[in-house]
Amino acid sequence: MKELLVISGKGGTGKTTIMGSLAVLAPNKVLADCDVDAADLHLLLQPCVEETHEFYGLDKAVINPKLCNQCGICREVCRFGAVSEDYRIDPMDCEGCRVCHYLCPQEAISLVEHRSGHYYISRSSYGPLVHAALGIAEENSGLLVSLVRQKSRELARKLGAQYVLTDGPPGVGCPVIASLADIDLALIVTEPTVAGLHDLKRVLALTEHFQVPAAVCVNKYDLAPDKTRELAAYCREEEVEVVGQIPFHQGVNRAVTQGKPVVEYSSNPAAAAIEELWHRVKDMLDKK
Amino acid sequence: MQIAVASGKGGTGKTTIATNLALSLAPEGPLQFLDCDVEEPNAHLFLHPTLGEEEAVNMPVPVVDEGKCTACGRCAEVCAFNAIAVLAGHVLTFSELCHGCGGCVRLCPEKALEEEAKEIGIIQRGNRGNIAFVHGKLKIGSALAPPIVEAVREQARRDGLVIIDASPGTSCPVVAAVKDVDYCLLVTEPTPFGLHDLDLAVQMLAKLGLPAGVILNRAGEGDEMIEEYCREKGLPLHLKIPFDRRYAALYARGSSLVQEYPHWRGAFRDLMEDIEGRVGK
Repeated sequence: MKELLVISGKGGTGKTTIMGSLAVLAPNKVLADCDVDAADLHLLLQPCVEETHEFYGLDKAVINPKLCNQCGICREVCRFGAVSEDYRIDPMDCEGCRVCHYLCPQEAISLVEHRSGHYYISRSSYGPLVHAALGIAEENSGLLVSLVRQKSRELARKLGAQYVLTDGPPGVGCPVIASLADIDLALIVTEPTVAGLHDLKRVLALTEHFQVPAAVCVNKYDLAPDKTRELAAYCREEEVEVVGQIPFHQGVNRAVTQGKPVVEYSSNPAAAAIEELWHRVKDMLDKK
Repeated sequence: MQIAVASGKGGTGKTTIATNLALSLAPEGPLQFLDCDVEEPNAHLFLHPTLGEEEAVNMPVPVVDEGKCTACGRCAEVCAFNAIAVLAGHVLTFSELCHGCGGCVRLCPEKALEEEAKEIGIIQRGNRGNIAFVHGKLKIGSALAPPIVEAVREQARRDGLVIIDASPGTSCPVVAAVKDVDYCLLVTEPTPFGLHDLDLAVQMLAKLGLPAGVILNRAGEGDEMIEEYCREKGLPLHLKIPFDRRYAALYARGSSLVQEYPHWRGAFRDLMEDIEGRVGK
């Protein structure tokens, strides 16, 4: 079983749009969406949810006002500024470190379970999909990402799937790092802009840091051919293969607007380029 | 007054809106720009500030004094983040998982743990004309963005206008960037992804009790779904910027809308007046 992760560094370069088409093109696979705080893949794959599970992040601290004598120790030891002047703990600021709980001389602070979101196992026309929704303004996205990865891998083993295709989050922080664990190939989708190049450098530094093999796809490459050449030159320097160049085409937006993967919506140059991209990615995965 | 620009979905044009707003208002007086998208900070590519020295943002992480440690395991037991383990009589620390809560140090019965500063990112200040600029960068391989976001926001001036560029999403780094601002602009695009993630961002701001308005970028086909959503939620739709290949091309090379098409300055100034009216400042 081979695992592909689609990431980008910069948001909005086309991760999910491309992933939606790879979901159509790849045979015998399990799909996963690790962009847990703005998950969109389900909007393209239109899955039917078969299992809903609760996700609990770290327990949050709560002060029992009957036992609290307002001695101030919790306010002093909390590094996250979560204890208010009137000795209430703001669950949005509490990171669940439990330090106040251990150090309260009155034993007035207990820990309560905190549901931070849900994860789902769904059926789509293209294969099973494991996805999640982190609660609004919640923490622990890395933990939820790890859970989605674990469940998708378990499901793939159970079904004897050949591939796990995972749509990743933007950025280079905690959820991306959690997404990268044990990935066979990270496909980085970028765009020919100054910001695209800047962020590609950071995300390539990240895959190198964690020693995950990477390949690059330039989306809307024809919108700025000189920037595309700059991206390609940078990739050559870094010895990273450019495995796809997808042209800008209105058909892509129309497909997304109708909630359909591009390659299923119509035949156009962008769809053809995505097919070509899949063949190259598949070769890289199969060789590993 | 602090105005944050956020979005839910990535790549909708947060940085475009934040930088063009700053460039439109700068001729009228000094303002401050904080790039709080510390995972992928891009605003400097469009504002072109002269940047000063990088200043380290550190987090305290534990180090073990092997002479005092009895490998009792208390530190591993109290760590909520699995950042400490005791194996074969030795304490191992995993600083990349550490949240810097200080629990292990305080609770070690042998006082065998001390804290040392670990660099998790940097902040950098700069200037361009009337714009005082600050951005933060998460160090590659570090997981925790919120402390860097907070370090950038600590640079905020008390007086005058502060424009904050946030990261995409709706979780902790975004909350750290928008918390306690006076107004939040949400940038979206006319696609189902844009609408879906706009709704998440609107829910986030409702939870934080912050007033918000919407800007529709790459407008054209599909605008109705965003317009209808704004009507339904009673959100002001401040501004629409149409999709135009010329705009995409100037963004690609790090140029700004209001510099190449100065008639847009008026639209951004009107946006500011509208916000001032709503916030009452």
